[in-house]
Amino acid sequence: MSTIAQVTGELAERIGADKLITDPQRRQTYECDGLAQYAVVPGLVVLARSADDIAATVAVCARAGVPFVARGSGTGLSGGALPHADGVLIVTSQMRSILEIDPVAQRAVVEPGVINLQLTKAATPDGYYFAPDPSSQQVCSIGGNVAENSGGAHCLKYGFTTNHVTGLDVVTPDGETVSIGGMAPDPPGYDLLSVLVGSEGTLGVATRATVRLTRLPQTVRCLLAGFPDTDSAGAATSAIIGSGCIPAAIEMMDVLAIEAAEQAVHCNYPQGAGAVLVVELDGPEPEVEAQFAQVEAFCREHGAFELRIAADEAERALIWRGRKSAFAAVGRISPDYLVQDGVIPRTALPQVLHAIAELADERGCRVANVFHAGDGNLHPLVLFDGSVPGETERAEEVSGAILDLCIAHGGSITGEHGVGSDKAKYMPRMFTDEDLDTMQMVRCAFDPDSISNPGKVFPTPRLCGERPGRHQGAHPLAEAGIAEVF
Amino acid sequence: MTDPWSQLEGSLDLRPATAEDAVAGVVPRWVARPRTTDEVAALMRVAHEHGFAVVARGAGTKQDWGLPPRALDLVIDTTGLDEVVDYAPFDLVLRVGGGVTLDTIEALLAEHGQRLGIDPARRGTIGGTVATGVTGPIRLAHLAVRDLVIGMTFVRADGVVAKAGGKVVKNVAGYDLAKLFTGAYGTLGIITEVGFRLHPRAEATRWIGAQVPLPQLGGVLGALAQEQVVPSAVEMDVPVDGRSSLAVQFDGTAAGLDGRVGRVRELLEASATQIAEGDEPPFWWGTEPPGAALLKVTHVVGRATALAQALREAADATGVRVASRGSALVGTAWVGVEAPDAPSFARFVEAARAATMQLEGTLTVVSAPPQWRDAVDVWGPVPGLELMRAVKAQFDPDAILAPGRFVGGI
Repeated sequence: MSTIAQVTGELAERIGADKLITDPQRRQTYECDGLAQYAVVPGLVVLARSADDIAATVAVCARAGVPFVARGSGTGLSGGALPHADGVLIVTSQMRSILEIDPVAQRAVVEPGVINLQLTKAATPDGYYFAPDPSSQQVCSIGGNVAENSGGAHCLKYGFTTNHVTGLDVVTPDGETVSIGGMAPDPPGYDLLSVLVGSEGTLGVATRATVRLTRLPQTVRCLLAGFPDTDSAGAATSAIIGSGCIPAAIEMMDVLAIEAAEQAVHCNYPQGAGAVLVVELDGPEPEVEAQFAQVEAFCREHGAFELRIAADEAERALIWRGRKSAFAAVGRISPDYLVQDGVIPRTALPQVLHAIAELADERGCRVANVFHAGDGNLHPLVLFDGSVPGETERAEEVSGAILDLCIAHGGSITGEHGVGSDKAKYMPRMFTDEDLDTMQMVRCAFDPDSISNPGKVFPTPRLCGERPGRHQGAHPLAEAGIAEVF
Repeated sequence: MTDPWSQLEGSLDLRPATAEDAVAGVVPRWVARPRTTDEVAALMRVAHEHGFAVVARGAGTKQDWGLPPRALDLVIDTTGLDEVVDYAPFDLVLRVGGGVTLDTIEALLAEHGQRLGIDPARRGTIGGTVATGVTGPIRLAHLAVRDLVIGMTFVRADGVVAKAGGKVVKNVAGYDLAKLFTGAYGTLGIITEVGFRLHPRAEATRWIGAQVPLPQLGGVLGALAQEQVVPSAVEMDVPVDGRSSLAVQFDGTAAGLDGRVGRVRELLEASATQIAEGDEPPFWWGTEPPGAALLKVTHVVGRATALAQALREAADATGVRVASRGSALVGTAWVGVEAPDAPSFARFVEAARAATMQLEGTLTVVSAPPQWRDAVDVWGPVPGLELMRAVKAQFDPDAILAPGRFVGGI
């Protein structure tokens, strides 16, 4: 009997066969996450309904030496939840209970499958919300946000998921459940939450999260400004940030992204704009009013030819609809596209945008730019037609070259989508062997057998028993086909 | 025995230690003052080879925090790592050597109308501040030290130099080791450079404060939390005599502050006395409460006054005197303790910890006279300790970095 069959049998007994998907066709529906270029049919799918289900599954996997991968809503864009062919995919999407909302404590306790926006909606009647707001917030899970340390348009002011998690229950790769932190801050000892959040499922599976709730702002003002080009929009961004104002969000879209959004959702952005900026301010009314006037002035001063100020929530939603639909909208103007996620120091924005344009011209492809201008997080969308021979490879080359540009400017290969399966190979461009070796020490502390989401984040698995820097021969897990070597 | 340091090239600043170099009462054999990350690495390679125990020291303002080291051969004085490596005001990021002081940074950033959102009572070096993870009142606005750290270079126990994070604020590439090292008390590596995100300094800052009796203070804090006035800091002070007060800091535009401060004044008027408003905080702001022992407590937001009350009751029951000062809307407070002897201190810590844990918080003894410290469990229960031990075993298998200073004998 194969190992996966043995694990299936044991789990049927322990948590019930009704939670297992063994049928190949049904398993196939889980073959990829939001990054469809990578697809692997999992050996077994477990639809967990409780923390106990997850703990039992991990324990059985640990004993059998079978890898497991956790998956929330499957919206990730780096292949972080890519299944393992001989492993178990633990799906948390049925664990959607908000266990507690405590407005006085400014905390919520949730199961990992709870949808990001679901929590905000539940906390809003009390005057609170969950601040991290990835574009996929209508469907993405908080467990996934924790794994990826998700950001969003408003993290410029409010921070990323890591800044909002104060407690986690985690099933470690040996099947034990550990509770770290809670509603109070600063648990004694090492800040394990800091490595767990954003570890992309490589250190265990979160079964419960305690997160901060943020008081809703007194007022929100949003404007849309049309600029002749990205240079002028970038200059306005610099002026706004340089003035000592921290907007809740500053988003930019270039002409190609505007065209796509227009076709998809008819957001009616300013005609003839070479770039648009969406700027949002929130906070106490008098402060926001004063800063908003400044922001308007900066936009005009730097060439904005049309300014639209949202008069109400509906108009604000319309402005954001164009921005939030941009990725999907690009599908309207191109048969295929790659979403890139890189970060540069904000001041390098004009230089890097020009370099991207040159790169695109040189290679003869189109790149649409949608990004968080306030914090230099670029999302270039490389357009291509997969049915034309060679175009896919060319798009991948361009996308990779954009990452090199980010690194050359002192930035990062990922600002919010994660490393996952997609970017493990780029990690050595940003970090030295010593840096990566040191990160893997944490991995070895949590998961010495490398069974928790193996093959993600790191380009090469490390043998945990060895001292760093003295690798010899193949990793036994690699030889056994459990871990992958890139 | 030949001089173990003779293999080091160049003119590294290394001297025999004196009694003044003691760390929590333990005197090292040598003190080195490296000027670069490479020099720290050279020192650590020798220490690693010989199994020398090493403690890093910045300005030395917190050497009595934590437990004494089990062994100590070398103190690495990090004040020579005093370079401002990169300051990019338009990107609002800063990278400095571990020996740069908070005061130096504050002066540098003020020139550009910016600040680092870290304001601890003990203003030493960046390395020491990050290693202990301490900040002050403005944590409410800028979050904890770990939330402001965006990158780090450190030297491992085996002398290998590694870095994590980078120079951009938004970055999810790899494990966030810089945050893991924050608050690790120097037990995972020697921090040589740290990168931070910065914040603009507000056009105007104002404080409003008042005396509010403890029984009414909880209600005032609750009402304040419900407001949308966005204070930068909310501090409560409960001195030994129990005459508690509250002070709130606001940052913003001169025009905007009036309304926000005014709203708090309205909240205070029902129960407060001596309401004062101005450009300066009250005298106790951002300082540690008096007492021979210093404790840190954490609590769930909304339970600050319940905890302060419980601490006073525990003090009365055990014959000690306490004063507390804390960030009520963050959920942390410092407690100063005066006790007649070690046994009463121990009884107080036990009672206070039980009360704190009932409120879902934690209590740790940060520093105390040696006899008092020896009579208590300094760190208290540590969930996840086995994982922490596993992390330590990976980073420092021979336990040469600040051995025994941290939780669970780490």
